[in-house]
Amino acid sequence: MSEATTTAETPRKKSAPISRLINVALDRTEPLVEWLIRLCGWSAILFVGAIFFFVFREAVPVLVGGGAEGDGQFDVQEFLTSQNWIPSPFKPADAQYGILALLLGSLAVTGLAMLLAVPLGLGAAVYISEFCTGRTKETLKIVIELLAAIPSIVWGFIGYMVLGPVLIELTGAPVGINLLNGGIILALMSVPVIVSVGEDALKAVPDSYREAAISLGASRWEIIYRVLFPAAKNGLLAAVLLGVGRAVGETMAVLMATGHAVQIPGSLLDPVRTLTATIAAELGDVVAGGTHYRVLFVIGLVLFAVTFVVNLTADLVVKGIRSEKAR
Amino acid sequence: MCERLVPTLLVAGLLLLPAVGCSRGGGGEAVITIRVEGSDTMVNVAQAWAERYNQLHPEVSVQVLGGGSGVGIASLIDGNCDLANSSRTMKKDEIEKATAKYGVAPKGTIVGYDALALYVHKDNPLDTISLEQLGEIYGWTGSITHWSQLGVDNGSPRRDTIVRVSRQAGCGTYSYFREAVLGKRKNPEYKLGSVDQSGSKAVVALVSKTPSAIGYSGMGYETPEVKMLNISRRTGELGIAPKPENAKKANEKERYPITRPLLIYTAGEPTGPIKDYLDWILSAEGQAVVRELGYVSVGDHE
Repeated sequence: MSEATTTAETPRKKSAPISRLINVALDRTEPLVEWLIRLCGWSAILFVGAIFFFVFREAVPVLVGGGAEGDGQFDVQEFLTSQNWIPSPFKPADAQYGILALLLGSLAVTGLAMLLAVPLGLGAAVYISEFCTGRTKETLKIVIELLAAIPSIVWGFIGYMVLGPVLIELTGAPVGINLLNGGIILALMSVPVIVSVGEDALKAVPDSYREAAISLGASRWEIIYRVLFPAAKNGLLAAVLLGVGRAVGETMAVLMATGHAVQIPGSLLDPVRTLTATIAAELGDVVAGGTHYRVLFVIGLVLFAVTFVVNLTADLVVKGIRSEKAR
Repeated sequence: MCERLVPTLLVAGLLLLPAVGCSRGGGGEAVITIRVEGSDTMVNVAQAWAERYNQLHPEVSVQVLGGGSGVGIASLIDGNCDLANSSRTMKKDEIEKATAKYGVAPKGTIVGYDALALYVHKDNPLDTISLEQLGEIYGWTGSITHWSQLGVDNGSPRRDTIVRVSRQAGCGTYSYFREAVLGKRKNPEYKLGSVDQSGSKAVVALVSKTPSAIGYSGMGYETPEVKMLNISRRTGELGIAPKPENAKKANEKERYPITRPLLIYTAGEPTGPIKDYLDWILSAEGQAVVRELGYVSVGDHE
């Protein structure tokens, strides 16, 4: 019943037949609604399938044919093992498409970000879930959610304009936008995800576990380490993997904060380039249908494969934990 | 991610607009359409002119397409556009083809200059650099990696490594710098590992925050935190200051080395609305647009 009918001059009595009418109508349309909801559920699979199909369709001509004549050659072995990413838009025949440096750049930035974000995120989750009460807890949760709402381009800007010069001062790096900068920015971006999912996982552990542990004389640290962490393992793993997902797929922030330089990083202070940033930066300037364009879609497939492996591992690990419990 | 993307979208939008107008209007005012095609470097300035001119003269609609200088000239010869933007002068065979088709020689008008300045941090003591040295810094297998190799003491040892700031592969600026500085090298390709930025202003902004950086960008982007270098053709020669008047010099020895004219070609002497449009481009107002976008204007509208 909408508010309008009850507050307007219409007498209340009349609302009864109307609601009955609506009920009848709902009964009649139930199968339709059921189908709609089912469609919503299946649409996720549909979208993933469609996205994969379109990315694959754009990439397949170079995967099979090796690129158009005179428009640069694509060679799978070169693609995976060469560090020379030279699209050469003015002499396409000389182009070299090797993603080794970009792949290692992506892995390095993500790895570094996780090294920083996982301890920070899980620590914050434990603090909020186990040590905080009342107003502090609510305030912290709201602020961390606010952190998650900051657009990635703003994070990139902070890395570029604020963190860059600070890193030059503190570390003596020749250039402030580098692997370390990108790692820190990505870590800050993944922390809110890890905190909120991790905190939910810890909250889901029944209080009886905590009470039992206390009655056995466990210290607070022992409760967290020996009882809560094993009990919430699946949820905490999901938290970390969601963080990894956020870090691998992030584009704008890393484009600005990592320096976007094609090289295999030798130290934390070297600028690097990631797969995602390469697609974002170059797709606007390529000839649609050309080899370069298609190779960018092959990179999209590589990213697909990486996230697929990460998710699959997560599923298998979680399942492994479950079956161990069942035994 | 060059500045090209936005104009391209604008062009697409402009192309759609007349179609919408026609279906609704059905016989409004007569619209004169000027078709412009050519250089990707000039596409953003051409687009800005088109928009500004359309505000002043709503009856004239200017459609701008990119594609490259060669594409624009070929299109002019085929009669598919009225004005061809070109960041190079026409080749001999192109002039012959156009003359054969129209009976008059095509006319090129210089509407601005694209001059690339080399920017370093304001604390860098270097004043002059040669094209050869730039090639060794930016080029494939180039040997210069530290400021000390140029005889420069950049304050502290940790500032000695040269941070090369470059542009996104495919941008007009990227291609012109490659042609002008790396073109004579055995392998005219950029050395990998440069920090690639996706805008002219971003290059200058990064250099202003990085004491050991060098970067190239349009001459119009200077800020107080950076310094533009004098450029010499050969190491040891006197450098030429990156000033607009030096970019326009006719004598090649006195001219700033990394500069090229931006031209608009017409089939013969322009007439009617096309002449009006070209005259407006060369007016103070049209040339202000050139400077706004980081290029050097013609004439004395400084």
